[in-house]
Amino acid sequence: MKKIILLIALSTSFGCLSFAQTDTTDLMAQLEKDNKPETIYTTATFKTTRLINGHTVENTGKGVLDVKISHRFGKLNNGAYELWGLDNASMRFGFDYGITKNIMIGVGRSTFQKTFDGFLKIKILSQSKGKHKMPITLSYVPAIALRTLKFEDPKISNKASNRLFYAHQLIIGRKFSEGTSLQIMPTFIHQNLAKLATDPNNIFALGIGGRQKLSKRISINVEYYPVIGDRINGTTDALSVGFDIETGGHVFQLHFTNTPGMTENSFISQTTGKWGKGDILFGFNISRVFNIGKRK
Amino acid sequence: MRNCLIIVFLFTCISVTAQKSYTKNGTIGFYSKAPLEKITAENNQVMSTMDMQSGQVQFSVLIKAFHFKKSLMEEHFNENYMESSKFPKATFRGFLQQPIPDLSKDGQYTVMISGDLTLHGVTKNISTPASIEVTNGIATGKSTFNITLADYKISIPKIVKDNISETVDITVNCRYDKKM
Repeated sequence: MKKIILLIALSTSFGCLSFAQTDTTDLMAQLEKDNKPETIYTTATFKTTRLINGHTVENTGKGVLDVKISHRFGKLNNGAYELWGLDNASMRFGFDYGITKNIMIGVGRSTFQKTFDGFLKIKILSQSKGKHKMPITLSYVPAIALRTLKFEDPKISNKASNRLFYAHQLIIGRKFSEGTSLQIMPTFIHQNLAKLATDPNNIFALGIGGRQKLSKRISINVEYYPVIGDRINGTTDALSVGFDIETGGHVFQLHFTNTPGMTENSFISQTTGKWGKGDILFGFNISRVFNIGKRK
Repeated sequence: MRNCLIIVFLFTCISVTAQKSYTKNGTIGFYSKAPLEKITAENNQVMSTMDMQSGQVQFSVLIKAFHFKKSLMEEHFNENYMESSKFPKATFRGFLQQPIPDLSKDGQYTVMISGDLTLHGVTKNISTPASIEVTNGIATGKSTFNITLADYKISIPKIVKDNISETVDITVNCRYDKKM
């Protein structure tokens, strides 16, 4: 009997000893296995909140003020006398602010038709993996623009309601890989006053855009907003190609586009340039972020 | 005599099993001091194990769990420097150097730890002094050391040379309050 007890005791303690000698690799492996997979949200689908003229699925961080200064020069086909468009510039300056991680607001003023604009961007879904899986990021961007350029026709009243534009945009984006992101942007534009009786008040466009990184800090972007259905007479679809260059807190965006407008209502519904005819405008956006709010 | 043996073996068994401890919420911070900018970040989800007898120490650190004051910095840290989608974790496997103090007794101990640090896909051997404080049988390990970013193939572009230091200070603070 005693022998049996001794045997049991011996075997138990040997068991324990052998357990003690296995290193902590097993323990670490076990810990990592037990650790419930957390939801990992995809970040940096695009480098900044604008692709070229329009929005991306990105939001400004909470408490971050993003000052954006954008220029579109004149048309390249203006020739040497206008220094291929560089003598003229259409510009917009704007301030974007992140209220929360998922809600940002922005205001701006464009020289194009002396327009003031404001928008909200609300992230409804965030692409993620891990515990909660979500294949896409979905954002909703309602925007309003007020043209303050007076109408040439004295018969048209300059009252504010005649000069208002509204835009509602959904952005569905996905980061497919480290370097490749695509998004589609169905957009609805309403102009309170149509210039001609044959011009529509409501315009719908199905935008598509994407980026491909060329290096860690440089990417090439394409953005195209084809109008579907009725369009304002004589207008074309906005098509832009550009580069993002990021350096610390700055993002420089250099691009070629066929529109001088930088708000949804202007570049989607009022573009008149044709790439084929050389109505190409060189432009840039500069973004600089400032941390003004507290981040927890 | 036999009874004594049994007791000895049983005792050995119990004391041996109580010598591995771990934590899932250790802290690792880093500090970069460059002429134009000071950058700090902290990670509170560090997993670490310590075998008090063999002196083996391991760390597993999720890169995305480092949080910065500025959200854009956090994005750049993951995107441009650590490439955390390619290298999601940093790990360390090492040993306390001999002689290993008796960590079952309360007290303050200074030890040397050396082992392999894997960061950004590059493994390097590092050695660092550390302090271990044992109170009520629970060990708290602390260490500060610095690493040179170039050693781990983390490159700093010239344009931000004055914003990011070439060597960063790493501070580790883990309370091994869980046993197994």
